[in-house]
Amino acid sequence: MLEQVLILLPQVVFDGLVLGFVYAMVALGYTMVYGVLELINFAHAEIFMIGAVVGVEVFRYLAPHLGSGYLVLLLALVLGGLIAGLTAILVERFAYRPLRKRGTTNRLVPLVTAIGVSFILQDLVRLIQGLWHNEFFLRMRTLEDLEGAFELFGGLVFVQTKALILIAVSLAMLLGLTYLVNRTKLGVAIRAVAQDLQTASLMGIDPDRVISRTFLVGGSLGGVAGVLFALQYTTITPYVGFLPGLKAFTAAVLGGIGNIPGAMLGGLVLGQLENFFGTYLPILTAGNFGTEYKDLVAFLILVFILLLRPQGLLGQVVREKV
Amino acid sequence: MSALGLLLSLGYLGPALLFPGALTHLLGLGVLALVALGRADPRARALALTFLTLGFTLSLWKSGNTLGLIGLVGVLVALTTLPRIPLWIRALLGLAILLVSVPLAGFANTFIFELGIQIGIYAAMALGLNVVVGMAGLLDLGYAAFFAVGAYTWAIFGSPQARNFLQGNFPLPGEYMYLFMLVAIVTTAFTGLLIGFPALRLRGDYLAIVTLGLGEVVRILANNLDHPINFTNGPQGITPVERPPIDWFRDLTAALGLGLDRTTDYQLFFYLLVLLIIGIVVLVNLNLANSRFGRAWTAIREDEIAARSMGIPLFPTKLIAFMTGAAFSGAMGVIFAAQRTFVSPESFTLLASITILAMVILGGMGSIPGAILGAAALTILNLDLLKTFSEFVRTNLPQIPSQVDPAKYERLVFGLVLVLMMIFRPQGLIPERRHRAEMEEA
Repeated sequence: MLEQVLILLPQVVFDGLVLGFVYAMVALGYTMVYGVLELINFAHAEIFMIGAVVGVEVFRYLAPHLGSGYLVLLLALVLGGLIAGLTAILVERFAYRPLRKRGTTNRLVPLVTAIGVSFILQDLVRLIQGLWHNEFFLRMRTLEDLEGAFELFGGLVFVQTKALILIAVSLAMLLGLTYLVNRTKLGVAIRAVAQDLQTASLMGIDPDRVISRTFLVGGSLGGVAGVLFALQYTTITPYVGFLPGLKAFTAAVLGGIGNIPGAMLGGLVLGQLENFFGTYLPILTAGNFGTEYKDLVAFLILVFILLLRPQGLLGQVVREKV
Repeated sequence: MSALGLLLSLGYLGPALLFPGALTHLLGLGVLALVALGRADPRARALALTFLTLGFTLSLWKSGNTLGLIGLVGVLVALTTLPRIPLWIRALLGLAILLVSVPLAGFANTFIFELGIQIGIYAAMALGLNVVVGMAGLLDLGYAAFFAVGAYTWAIFGSPQARNFLQGNFPLPGEYMYLFMLVAIVTTAFTGLLIGFPALRLRGDYLAIVTLGLGEVVRILANNLDHPINFTNGPQGITPVERPPIDWFRDLTAALGLGLDRTTDYQLFFYLLVLLIIGIVVLVNLNLANSRFGRAWTAIREDEIAARSMGIPLFPTKLIAFMTGAAFSGAMGVIFAAQRTFVSPESFTLLASITILAMVILGGMGSIPGAILGAAALTILNLDLLKTFSEFVRTNLPQIPSQVDPAKYERLVFGLVLVLMMIFRPQGLIPERRHRAEMEEA
């Protein structure tokens, strides 16, 4: 058994890395919104899903006309990111901003709104897809030049080109975001608003605009993640966002919510753990517990982390002032 | 104004008798709104409500159109919320609606019993969650997990399922259902302890997300515990689940001169049973709200740090709220399993948890009539209004593609209701006094 575990290990680590980057990208959207508004933006899972659906549609309609699969993918990433980002802005404008203007102190109200928005988006996409294609189970078209694969380490790791693309694109996005938040004016404004919304607005920052842009950045990141997810895992439905969304949130909490490097770390750790348990549980328990328990592992990790280190891996302890 | 309302409600008896149906019910709802919202003398108002009840009952009985049920729910709400109506009128009219009008309508259209039972089950659960969210302010997004534990507790032992892992004579006879309601209260309270123990150390959003995760864990378990040992029969679910024998009930109704057939006897029985339980749950809720625990919960909800400074032990007090809420849900789970004779993981998804939460929030957190109204509104919306609308669309506008079938867009409508409510009336339909003050202050 040990031999079997060891032979599979390099592949498990690689697949976990791919999954981890998807989670990391989605987790960043959660973390940014939470940092600025202290809101668990449940609808972010559906922003991710919209990205995936846009990706499928772009592949469906543009692939026959364009010669290169890479070009199709580039367009899908741009469009997916753009549409998802715009949706995020709309959600903020019409669902969250009215609440902020009203100045509700109850934390339940924005949370329930976020859940409501998430349901609306799921069914809206289902409605549109239903009218358009008469079905809402979508399959990503496979393009030959993205489907290549090669073996590493004497056949121990099977690497697909699209998995490499996923890692490369997400790394680029993550580095870009780090630059944006730490080095640009918008980044400074976002951090200022996250620190203290009132004070930031006294310093001449328009909080509405900053929040809107935060949603745009987080939403596009989620959309890009969605396109890459669709490319990698191929079957997409309007309800596909829920589980990755929940996992990504777990990742954000794991890293310390509101903390950008933490969200990346959390995503990668969660991806590894989930893939590890998903592969090895059936082997280690002689088939008694199957892969389906991997989701359970993610939630149990969430509970343990919150119990042992509520501020997350990289988070700081916030002392409550009385 | 009061004379007009009275006159209209008296006049409503005419159409109710002559043209029973959906349109008449809509008319009645209009009159009801006029009576409830217009300024009126309490005595005239009580009389008008009586006429409306009579009208709705007549029309429901004759047509079986479920819109009338909404009218009756509306009258009930008016009775519980409008000021200065004498207590005896409230009590008498309320009982008449619950014990006479609804069963009468149920004989005309058995679906009304089904609707009544579902509303009752959800109302009892909403009242349980009201303890957790409304009173103690703990946001629980995995409440359906307790419902599942309760339902499976009886489903496993009330069906041949238990033979897979136990020696003995299964299914247990139906009478055991009553015993298992007690057992379920214990098992769910224990589950509440298991979930609450780690989760309740956290606050606010974190608590919400952990309960959500643990709720999913329970659903994943229900879905997958069909191997290596078959406890839950996996996604197929468990059927048939035993119902309690009701020969005595048939004899009783026969003695009262009610001829019951095979379909309506269990429906009426479960309807009355659920009513009885709701009565008990409301009493428990009222007593809890005024008890030492109730006051401690409110204190924690309002200001945790202040509550702790005043010597309230936070963790145990929260844990008790969590376990109490869970126990309500567990008992209803047993009824749910027996009434439908079928249990599957499908009924205990995140959507179910959120629906119950939405009932509490829409009705008005912390408010008992609010929780019941929320349950009635959302159950009718999900089970009836959208389906009826679908049928209407299918028969009258067949050119519209089946993909746009309104019944498929339960979530969309539900989401819209949630978002609009939060923007325009976050305190809920019938807010509790303290919550209302809090929301207005903000």
